Amino acid sequence: MKTENNRAWFFVLPVLLLVAFNALVPLMTVVNYSVQETFGNNLFFWHGLGWFEDLLRSERFHAALGRQALFTTIILIIEIPLGVAIALCMPRRGVWVPICLVLMALPLLIPWNVVGAMWNIFTLPDIGLAGYTLNSVLGINYNMTQSPIAAWITIITMDVWHWTSLVVLLAYAGLISIPEAYYQAAKIDGASNWAVFRHIQLPKMRRVLTIAVLLRFMDSFNIYTEVFVLTGGGPGNSTTLLSIDLDKVALGQFDLGPAGAMSLVYFAITLAVSWIFYTVMTRDEP
Amino acid sequence: MAEIRLETLRHSYLSAPSAPEDYALKEIDLSWRDGGAYALLGPSGCGKSTLLNIISGLLTPSEGRVLFDGQDVTALPPDKRNIAQVFQFPVIYDTMSVRDNLAFPLRNRGVEPGRIAARVAEIAEMLELTALLGTRAAGLAPDTKQKISMGRGLVRDDVNVIMFDEPLTVIDPALKWTLRSKLKELHQTIAVTMIYVTHDQTEALTFADQVVVMQDGVIVQIGTPVELFERPQHTFVGHFIGSPGMNILPCEVSGGAADGVARFQGQPVQLEGPVTAARAGPAEIGVRPEFVRLAEAGIPAIVRKAADLGRHTVLEAMAGDRVIHAILQDPPPEEGSTVHLAFEPAQTRLYQGGWIATDPKAGAR
Repeated sequence: MKTENNRAWFFVLPVLLLVAFNALVPLMTVVNYSVQETFGNNLFFWHGLGWFEDLLRSERFHAALGRQALFTTIILIIEIPLGVAIALCMPRRGVWVPICLVLMALPLLIPWNVVGAMWNIFTLPDIGLAGYTLNSVLGINYNMTQSPIAAWITIITMDVWHWTSLVVLLAYAGLISIPEAYYQAAKIDGASNWAVFRHIQLPKMRRVLTIAVLLRFMDSFNIYTEVFVLTGGGPGNSTTLLSIDLDKVALGQFDLGPAGAMSLVYFAITLAVSWIFYTVMTRDEP
Repeated sequence: MAEIRLETLRHSYLSAPSAPEDYALKEIDLSWRDGGAYALLGPSGCGKSTLLNIISGLLTPSEGRVLFDGQDVTALPPDKRNIAQVFQFPVIYDTMSVRDNLAFPLRNRGVEPGRIAARVAEIAEMLELTALLGTRAAGLAPDTKQKISMGRGLVRDDVNVIMFDEPLTVIDPALKWTLRSKLKELHQTIAVTMIYVTHDQTEALTFADQVVVMQDGVIVQIGTPVELFERPQHTFVGHFIGSPGMNILPCEVSGGAADGVARFQGQPVQLEGPVTAARAGPAEIGVRPEFVRLAEAGIPAIVRKAADLGRHTVLEAMAGDRVIHAILQDPPPEEGSTVHLAFEPAQTRLYQGGWIATDPKAGAR
């Protein structure tokens, strides 16, 4: 009989433990909360799927989810084409390549809460560079603590500033991997710049762009720190995205049951959209 | 369709070339007859691809002119020159079907759809791609992709020249032969000038009517495959073409060798004729292994190796410290035994400074 070498399990075990403690155990705690009701004193009662039913009927949840979806859609529509456009403009060789790459990478290196704080100060109407310029120099009434539109413009601009670089770097990596012969053949075939983009560059960037969209979707759909530091979800509830709302329910109101249910639905939506997107994008790859 | 002429072409990839070795192409004067099948043969880095890219317009030469039918096209971009080029690695537009790939160069030039459909069908038939027209080009095998690349060149009926830059590099050995015969056949059907760049002598000799041999940015010889084989103008050609290549042996010539005799390791060797061209540099005897045979008397040598290749045997013998190859039809002598080698006089040349120096006609007089 063939004896199997099971030693590999010993090597996998540490990883398994690590994953268990930082993902599985917290997740199961959330599952546990989501099906129970508590009135304090660490006493819990079985509540079944009650919280989920409430959540799916809750207008507050629908509104937060709607804002979240709107935010993600807008930033994807801006960041992906903008990132590709910048990558196309970047030099392919020469001394400017490293300079451009470092400049592009800079926003990505700044911690999220610092980004929020920076933009908060940047947009203050009395002392912030942007806020002061808009209000006092250009005479545009801009105050994101009062106007929901201004708040939305600010969080979107901030996210575009912070994350477009990621798309640029990924798209650029895709672009420089295209062999020179493709461009030469296209020249000989008399292809226009648009045709080169449409039939060579875009198809060759497809894989990296799939990853870029996926990363930007997941990150922006789960965005918390930057927006929380910048607007705190206001004015009113206008920038209360799903993550900020969840934070209010869980840590503000300390409603563990509803917060647990909300977390799971949130997680399921992120997972489902990512999975569907990835499957559709890679379905006809060899 | 056009005659292509290259006039005093020089090219350097450096911005300020000074010494001759800064040039990838040293000085090229060359004419390509309309409708000819040419091969550009030479080792890697000899400037073949540079020359090709200058003809196609992907590169602008540092000096000199490119003329198509007497018209100067040196400054014209590739799409204005009506040329086609097939690259080393198949270039395929992944998102398109085979049909759209073939139609692409025509659509870009605004040819009317009916004409495009007819041309694509015709070319697909020629390349045996008809059954695949509807499939997406991305997942196909390398040889099929390379056929599509060729098809994109052939589909235009106004091309002056189709250039192939080592097109069989990524093709399976078994399919190379098929694709090469296909190319040859295509050339006979459509009679457009074809230039085939390769470092593989078999590919060059089977494809071309005229082979241009290059080394270090210089054209060493232009000739038919037979001429290259029989009378290499330079020891490089002799060595590069043939398997094994020409035997090149250092020798002495006395009194200008007007009598047509050279001495190799003290032994007299009868040449094809007297030495007519007085060139500087060391003298060497050049004789192909096909024309070396065993004899009663001649150059003594010790057999080192005999490789049986089925139809013939390649003998490797040491004459002093020099290796001499011979191709024998008879069973070879034992390894380690001493033999005498004789060279066929009519096929024995003398080279001086690398270039041929004997003239058979001078001796007949």
